[in-house]
Amino acid sequence: MNVDIVCVGFGPAMGGFLTTLSRQLVKEDGTPLVESAATPGLPPQVICYERADDIGFGVSGVVTPARSIKTSFPQLDPAQIPLAAPVKHEKIAYLLDPVGASRRSASLRIADALIRAGRWALPYEHNALNLPWVPPFLRKHDGLVLSLGQFMQWVGAQVMGSGTVQVWPSMPVASPLFEDGKVAGVRLADQGTDRKGQPADGFMAGMDIRAALTVIGDGPVGPVGRQLDEKFGLPAGHHQHDWAVGMKFVVDLPPHADLEPGTVFHTFGYPEPEIFGFMYVHPGRIASLGIFVPSWFDNPVRTAYRYLQHWMLHPYLWRHLKGGTLRSWGAKSLQESGRGGEPHLAGDGYVRIGEGSGSTNLLTGSGIDEAWATGSLLAEGVIELLQAGQPFTRENLEQAYVRRRRESWVEKEGRIAEKARDGFQRGVVTGLLGMGLTGLSGGRLHLPGKPLPPHRRVPSVEAYYRGRIPPDEIARLRAECTAKGTGLHSALMDRVGWPTIPFDGKLLVSHQDALLTGGKVQAPAGYADHVVFIDEGACARCGTKICIDACSGQAITPGPNGVPAFDREKCIHCGACLWNCSQPHPTDPGRTNVEFRAGAGGLHSAEN
Amino acid sequence: MPTSYHIVVCGSIVPDPLQTLEPVTTPTGPALKNELLLPAVLDPWAGHALFEAAHLAKQHPGSKVWLVSIGPKAKLQQVMMTVAQKVPFELIAIDGPAGGFTESAEIAAALAEAIQGLPGLDKSRLLVFGGWESATRGAGTTLQMVGERLGIVDQFQGVDQLTVRPDGSFQVLERIEGGRHQVSSCGALPALCGWATGNLPEPPNNPQVGMLNMRTVMPALQRAKPTKISNEGVTFPSVSLPKQRRETKIVKDMPPDDIAREIVEWIGKE
Repeated sequence: MNVDIVCVGFGPAMGGFLTTLSRQLVKEDGTPLVESAATPGLPPQVICYERADDIGFGVSGVVTPARSIKTSFPQLDPAQIPLAAPVKHEKIAYLLDPVGASRRSASLRIADALIRAGRWALPYEHNALNLPWVPPFLRKHDGLVLSLGQFMQWVGAQVMGSGTVQVWPSMPVASPLFEDGKVAGVRLADQGTDRKGQPADGFMAGMDIRAALTVIGDGPVGPVGRQLDEKFGLPAGHHQHDWAVGMKFVVDLPPHADLEPGTVFHTFGYPEPEIFGFMYVHPGRIASLGIFVPSWFDNPVRTAYRYLQHWMLHPYLWRHLKGGTLRSWGAKSLQESGRGGEPHLAGDGYVRIGEGSGSTNLLTGSGIDEAWATGSLLAEGVIELLQAGQPFTRENLEQAYVRRRRESWVEKEGRIAEKARDGFQRGVVTGLLGMGLTGLSGGRLHLPGKPLPPHRRVPSVEAYYRGRIPPDEIARLRAECTAKGTGLHSALMDRVGWPTIPFDGKLLVSHQDALLTGGKVQAPAGYADHVVFIDEGACARCGTKICIDACSGQAITPGPNGVPAFDREKCIHCGACLWNCSQPHPTDPGRTNVEFRAGAGGLHSAEN
Repeated sequence: MPTSYHIVVCGSIVPDPLQTLEPVTTPTGPALKNELLLPAVLDPWAGHALFEAAHLAKQHPGSKVWLVSIGPKAKLQQVMMTVAQKVPFELIAIDGPAGGFTESAEIAAALAEAIQGLPGLDKSRLLVFGGWESATRGAGTTLQMVGERLGIVDQFQGVDQLTVRPDGSFQVLERIEGGRHQVSSCGALPALCGWATGNLPEPPNNPQVGMLNMRTVMPALQRAKPTKISNEGVTFPSVSLPKQRRETKIVKDMPPDDIAREIVEWIGKE
């Protein structure tokens, strides 16, 4: 099938692109801006394919400065978007460890003791220290608290209502079409296959969608963007070793919670010092809250779900949450290399936008605003080329899009932030100091650190728990968990003193209940497994099997012969397995032993 | 009997079945809490009817399928982006409520009016399809009243299969008690079929079908007429969801007999 522009992934960047583009494809008198080359007589045919079962599924709650969104919608009224609210109050809190199980360095323990000793003179409450001041580079004042799911549904309605672009959900894109070093479109995923991708009942081979321009905004774990990186490599000096998984709940707050919509909390220090937390209050006594577990947190059995529960139970947060009810749950990988992980932004026939293009600002912790801006900038460039009748060559796209991006605030601020988090490679205190240094010096100073791929970074379980759990006991626990078909993480957490989660059936629920009632996860039949272990021998030899514990949906479990088993029906497509894997790819040490392919299904909640 | 058909499928949207629903009372009557936040899908019963209609139309060249749908315009637009990839149809959109808390006679009247207004509709070739019931309400009355308003006397409910014979007449299998089917023959149109599940799987997403449908879907949504469903004289003494009890257990490769035995034991505890 031939179209003029094919787009991959309907996230904020594509929202920015399609919003800006759709307004200009048809002139005020109803005539096309230019004639479609694919369908003469009509305006350019623009199609966007989204993997998830509906637009707005599988994205996350955010607080954003929303500068670029407000530029696109100058009259934006948050009341028109469900769960949107202007930012009213911002707080940052350092959470102390109220249970004594957190793995804290000596320097942090000393700091904790000093804070506790001086709590009468400090802004201390409920085992936490409120920072008296939110650094300017972290402030989101004048911004918005959003449910990205609801926002993207709203954006989708706007762009589709224009009648000039089409957004098709539930249609995974398998790969780019490479022809003579150019990208000539995309190939959609096969349907009607068995788990291994072999034709089965109702087989329909993935259709080729040919286009003069392919716009890739499929996020950090999207298969199309990653195949481009494999084909063309990253620019010299760039890497994509820094990641995080963000896991969140959307909660109906209890009646006693008196938090105003637009209230924003950010936390650090607990449940482990490396884990950051957030809580954003929406209208209607609803809150999005969760944690980020970064790749430089060297625990090889890092299960975000249990950490999230301990975080919620911290007295500083639990006072607001006790009695609340889980509405929705989800998780997502975040590409945390930012500007330093930027791929080639343009080539013959293709462009990259959004998070997968390295737009996230590591200093301000902002990604949505930047992603949206990259899409808008691209749309301006595409309109320019269409009007000039210029083809979508690398040179033309460099001039029309990349130049705009280089001259934008996204680039300027991205460069300031580029090395802001390097210090975290050497520890959380160094990292925090480095961020502060970078932020306060406008990017002139930073603390260095060398990001490493996971196979050079992730320690063994025995090394991580050295001094806390003897190796023979770890071996026994591992054998017991393997026999039960469960991950190791909870057993180890129990062993080192983390308390049992007091399930209440409403907010504190089992991981499976969160998956089924909160995430509402499902996978349509007829698609191949999208998580593939490339070298099963390496999996069998792997000592950490971090993919099992890091899996946000418990979709990866111990399998036969030491090779993990993947259950597509529980996968929420967060992609954590892709970057957590501690085994290198058999032929490309820059990649891991997990391949994350195009897949359908996943979360079925639009509140995330 | 004609060899091609005008098939009109009545079907609206319902909250995605995976969502957690909570009835609330509003000044205008019962509603679902935060209904606008809930993702929606084509009513699964209507979906079966639509897929059967497309299958029948494909087998009989010259046939045409319309989908007449009442729902909030924005939600209809969103759902159509998924449905329109499945099978070819022409959408007739009516901007109105899609929840289950509406008077079915009023919905039927709006649907019948829309069907009667279809340009070029040939009643001698007309098959009205729809869901036997709706996922928002199990009363199963709407489609019957649509047929009555259109003057269709040959009505079949709980249909699992429709087979066209060589002479153009067709055989219909309707569900009856005891897991059996009632077999009927119909020798003239118009007729109405309220579908149960049918026998067809959900078609794969086809980009070409999507492109074809979009030529009518967006214009239909843009000209969707608002319809007012007053619910006058209707009262809802109480509203409740079916009682649910969920126990999660994960097992691999469990024999079907063992699964059945466990389910029977579990039900027996109630």
